[in-house]
Amino acid sequence: MGKITLKQVRKSFGDVAVIPGIDLDIDEGEFVVFVGPSGCGKSTLLRLIAGLEDTTGGVIEIDGKDATQLPPAKRGLAMVFQSYALYPHMSVRKNIAFPLKMAGLPVAEQEKRVANAARILNLTSYLDRRPGQLSGGQRQRVAIGRAIVREPAAFLFDEPLSNLDAALRVSMRQEITELHQTLKTTMIYVTHDQVEAMTMADKIVVLNAGRIEQVGSPLELYHHPANLFVAGFIGSPKMNLIDGAEAAKHGAVTIGIRPEHITVQDGGPWQGVVGLSEHLGSDTFLRVQVDGVGMLTVRAGGEITLRHGDAVALAPQLDKLHRFGTDGKALA
Amino acid sequence: MARTYSTRRKILTTAAAWGVALLIFFPVLWMILTSFKTEASAVASPPQLFSADWTFENYAEVWSRSDYPRFFWNSVVISIGSTLLGLAIAIPAAWSMAFVPGKRTKDLLMWMLSTKMMPAVGVLIPMYLLFQRLGLFDTKIGLVLALMLMNLPIIVWMLYTYFKEIPGEILEAARMDGASLWNEIVHVLTPMALPGIASTLLLNVILAWNEAFWTITLTTTKAAPLSAFIASFSAPQGLFYAKLSAASTMAIAPILILGWFSQKQLVRGLTFGAVK
Repeated sequence: MGKITLKQVRKSFGDVAVIPGIDLDIDEGEFVVFVGPSGCGKSTLLRLIAGLEDTTGGVIEIDGKDATQLPPAKRGLAMVFQSYALYPHMSVRKNIAFPLKMAGLPVAEQEKRVANAARILNLTSYLDRRPGQLSGGQRQRVAIGRAIVREPAAFLFDEPLSNLDAALRVSMRQEITELHQTLKTTMIYVTHDQVEAMTMADKIVVLNAGRIEQVGSPLELYHHPANLFVAGFIGSPKMNLIDGAEAAKHGAVTIGIRPEHITVQDGGPWQGVVGLSEHLGSDTFLRVQVDGVGMLTVRAGGEITLRHGDAVALAPQLDKLHRFGTDGKALA
Repeated sequence: MARTYSTRRKILTTAAAWGVALLIFFPVLWMILTSFKTEASAVASPPQLFSADWTFENYAEVWSRSDYPRFFWNSVVISIGSTLLGLAIAIPAAWSMAFVPGKRTKDLLMWMLSTKMMPAVGVLIPMYLLFQRLGLFDTKIGLVLALMLMNLPIIVWMLYTYFKEIPGEILEAARMDGASLWNEIVHVLTPMALPGIASTLLLNVILAWNEAFWTITLTTTKAAPLSAFIASFSAPQGLFYAKLSAASTMAIAPILILGWFSQKQLVRGLTFGAVK
């Protein structure tokens, strides 16, 4: 249960093709993250899978059956929204039981499933409260509870953590990952935060302007970005991208090197001046203006004492260099 | 920082507010006072605000000479009936306009409202003939239909405004949860819009209760509500101001009391969404 296949799925709003045509296979039990900048079509794609938007063309198959024309409720999917979308006039218990009530389950079965979901999500003592009386994190758990009780073929998450503060976001991220490991149900998760994508996903789908730029495991994307867009999008801080003569030396139009693959080393080939140094304790991020290369970000050890204006020599790890051609695609 | 006002200024503005309120309420107050006067002091010159010969006789006479309970009951049936029927039609209409608008939805809303700008007299003859031919003349069901149609644009507009305030994601969540359109409207939309629906209901009951043009024109005796009850006193006995005032007071009292007790709900509903 939970295999989803997209075949040439297209979506246009009027004359604007938001998604010009996407093919994608999502395997049973996989945690797939759609990531991309704002307006890349990732939420639209999720809503097409959910059935909340009609496709302009193409086929959506769920567990081998054509679901393209099915209404949302008949697709066996559950969705968690960015705004939680809880029913404000119902108690937590009724919120979680709502899909079961709609499915016409016997009351005893409803209560059993609600109790079970509440136990998994630590909501048991809040069952009689209204959503308005809960914190953001608790509301998000209720929304997840409402999704769990339906025992769906797949969960769809539409930027579920973006309304939470930073600390809560990290802990909810872990909770959702653990939930996936417990339930082993397919999850599709939309985010613009590449850290969420990297930490949660089995498979990341990088989207840009309605097209898939690359599909792969987090480390595949990190180590082998297929093109400039993925190279620049995945990784924090960003990969350094260098054009011009320095790139030409390596037989490429653009070369990329991650901050951790540049070492501060006396006698290194790149001479520069430190512009900014950010001390994080464990690491220090240096912004260095390198002669003939440009501004580079370098990740150095936490003990380094370089300051603004200091001269520095850098050595790139040449085996970690990424080379890109004229079309922006990675060169072999 | 909050603005601060001097005590003097506060007193002045409060007095001005009371002055304006009294000015608006004065005709009603005058009518109520007159209803307790004798016919002689009601037309005294110069006019007396308070009469020395205070009396309940006008009420007794109006009560004995007419069938007040029947008019009252007709008013209740017509105003509540037309409002409930209007809501039953307007809730789905406003739902579709708010959540699945088409290209012309805004124009449609404007057109609906524009029908309210036409003088009622403009459709008097066709309405009158239609009512006669269809056997609706002087029937409660006829008036329920007529007033429902008169107020439908207002009901749709008000509900549309309230529904627009409800986040679409919640309705989408209901759809994902397996709610049919009917369940979505009954279990999610209506309870969430309840304050708005309640104030729409109240306002329309009041509008229908006070409607006089159609209720007087399209009835004779059987279905005549309280507006016709007042009119029946003004025509043949136009000079008897005290009795007319007593009849008028009896006609507006129920709605005045309803309005008084529901004013919080009315204000809340009318400013719904305006202040967050």
